[in-house]
Amino acid sequence: MSTTNVDPALNSNVVVSSHAEPNHTEHEEDYRMFGFIVFLLSESVIFFSFFVGYIVYKTNATDWLPVGFEGLEVREPFINTVVLVSSSFVIYFAERFLRKENLWGFRLFWLMTMAMGSFFLYGQAVEWMGLPFGFKDGVFGGTFYLLTGFHGLHVLTGVLLQGLMLGRSFWPNNYDGGEFGVEATSLFWHFVDVIWIILFVLIYLWK
Amino acid sequence: MSNATLEPLRPNQPPSNPSPEPGTPENWRTFFSFSTDHKVIGIQYIVTAFIFFLFGGLLAMVMRGELITPESDLVNRTVYNGLFTMHGTIMLFMWTFPMLNGLANYLVPLQIGARDMAFPRLNAAAFWMVPVFGVILITSFFVPGGPSQSGWWAYPPVSLQNPTGNLINGQSLWLLAVALSGVSSIMGAVNIVTTIFRMRAPGMGWFKMPAFCWTVLSAQMIQLIGLPALTAGAVMLLLDLTVGTSFFNPELGGDPVLYQHFFWFYSHPAVYVIILPIFGVFSEVFPVYARKPLFGYKVVAISSLLITGLSLIVWVHHMFASGTPGWMRMLFMITTMTISVPTGIKVFAWVATIWGGKIRLTSGMLFGLGALFAFLFAGITGVMLASAPFDIHVNNTYFVVGHFHYVINGAVVMGFYAAIYHWFPKMTGKMYYEGLGKLHFALTFLGINLIYLPMHPMGLMGMPRRVASYDPEFAFWNVLASLGGFLLGVSTLPFLLNMLSSWTQGKPAGDNPWNAIGIEWLVSSPPPHENFEEIPVVVSPPYGYGSDEPLVSNNPAGKPIAEAMSSSEMEGAIA
Repeated sequence: MSTTNVDPALNSNVVVSSHAEPNHTEHEEDYRMFGFIVFLLSESVIFFSFFVGYIVYKTNATDWLPVGFEGLEVREPFINTVVLVSSSFVIYFAERFLRKENLWGFRLFWLMTMAMGSFFLYGQAVEWMGLPFGFKDGVFGGTFYLLTGFHGLHVLTGVLLQGLMLGRSFWPNNYDGGEFGVEATSLFWHFVDVIWIILFVLIYLWK
Repeated sequence: MSNATLEPLRPNQPPSNPSPEPGTPENWRTFFSFSTDHKVIGIQYIVTAFIFFLFGGLLAMVMRGELITPESDLVNRTVYNGLFTMHGTIMLFMWTFPMLNGLANYLVPLQIGARDMAFPRLNAAAFWMVPVFGVILITSFFVPGGPSQSGWWAYPPVSLQNPTGNLINGQSLWLLAVALSGVSSIMGAVNIVTTIFRMRAPGMGWFKMPAFCWTVLSAQMIQLIGLPALTAGAVMLLLDLTVGTSFFNPELGGDPVLYQHFFWFYSHPAVYVIILPIFGVFSEVFPVYARKPLFGYKVVAISSLLITGLSLIVWVHHMFASGTPGWMRMLFMITTMTISVPTGIKVFAWVATIWGGKIRLTSGMLFGLGALFAFLFAGITGVMLASAPFDIHVNNTYFVVGHFHYVINGAVVMGFYAAIYHWFPKMTGKMYYEGLGKLHFALTFLGINLIYLPMHPMGLMGMPRRVASYDPEFAFWNVLASLGGFLLGVSTLPFLLNMLSSWTQGKPAGDNPWNAIGIEWLVSSPPPHENFEEIPVVVSPPYGYGSDEPLVSNNPAGKPIAEAMSSSEMEGAIA
């Protein structure tokens, strides 16, 4: 009150329009990360629900696998898993380069993450094409494609977001003060990774 | 405080000069724009939701018209099935959720001393999805085969039937509308939770936050945890319906009961999403009109979080008749009864707040008391229903319908009216007509008891819900209920008349017509764009009635101090 007591009737217009706006953007960065984490926690419940559904179906089923199908191949998906999990470390280094304001280091490692994500998607597509059952083949087929597909959609979203952030790094001085988009994309990528590890254990390793 | 005056707070301030700031919603066109002001969005939510409420109520009146005679004569059974499905869906997804989001949007930033929500654009986007999915849902009346007929819970295999064979049918549009409503609610929840966590004014610790904000926070946390489960179930149901997968189709090895788990894991807590903010309204309204601090404020605040936690582990009580194993029935019976502890704490706290107070029976207070009465009644039948043997006996009868309508129409809708009468002067700067408000209360209270009380004996006698025709032995109670339903329809007329005429030509209300203590009452009515000239610095817990401690240590409205302190009451509010 000490500052605005001068003559509120006169300067009220000025005060509101001048200091409100910068205040807002200053703090927004902070809020956005908090909001994004809240969103990811909520999003994880969808996966959690699918996982619970999968466990219920599998433990209650009398014949789980479609007729004539021996079980899922684990070797290629395991390679895929290694690539995806490693990419979480690569993206971490990309972020570190950005923090040290080494833009080219950031771009190199960021691009590497994108390549590893794309490799994962490619591997997933190859696996899908080689499978003898479809989406409509019982609850096994349904849950398999639902879980891998929904996760794959998240990987695709991650790669697209990474592409966007890479493009934005070429704007002059764009990432000087750190960048919320990069941090959020990176967090999202770790999230997608952790989900995949649970999914891999449930679908491929749990016989 | 004891000698609280009923005069407006600042009699010497000409109220015709509410807000010199730019961007104030003085113009009705603002309400049709993509405004990012939380106050505009709040009113947009409330008005849009109320229009859907009137529409959903109209559907209910057609149903009551059908049920006034035992034969199915006014509408046929197919139409009747569509009517109760759409009535339930509209009332939940297009009336209560958006309406409460509106109240939260309007009040939370003002009560915690923030200039706006954390994400104003996201806020506007979440609101504008409401008319979109509303239109999608109502469009389903016009597609071949008519709207969804599987009830608002859409249990498979009933919801998987697609007799017309079209991809665009009532059920798929229903699922689309519910999914969009979910996206909108999640956007709103992320925004509100972030706002409450990060934007409270300096000095406002958790236990200096008004109880309404506590309840909104608890309710929105339920949205964040529960809604994704419904989304998962809805995605699988949509795939079953359109692609032909077999998640819930028992003929192909699917499990329809799993859908019920997904559905009720969200939709039972959703009841608390609806009722918790109304608990908050009670906690705000009763202290003001009883001139006493909220009894046991901290315990009331914590109870909200307890309800959030417990609400997530009670859902199977909706499924006692779905072949659930005995241990599950026992477990969920106990958890369900446990939830009456924190709600009971709150009810006692409100009663203790009112007890011995200087009660002013304004329309807001009357509606608050009416809603509390209805909630108490519904709570008692709720504990009855929690008991598995009793529940199996009355499952799918009108007893259940009577119970939850006492909650939703009795407590939530009357609680909403209490909130509107209480904050209408703040939102519009105008005073409503007290006489019309009291008439509105009398009609609503009478109507609600006349329509829902007979449903209890009806249900105990065994009349099933969701039927268009019934045995003539139930006719007496049904006629009573139908008369109550029409009365309830009539009761909205004085409300609409009151709101529209008061908003356009009501008397100026002043900043604090109720002599209430709270940050929202320290600014002008309606509050200016960005709310505060200076962010308030909070120094006391809320509801300081009868204490001399100031609520804030500065003057958030930026007015000369002398003007803001013209009442003995508010001398305590601003240092």
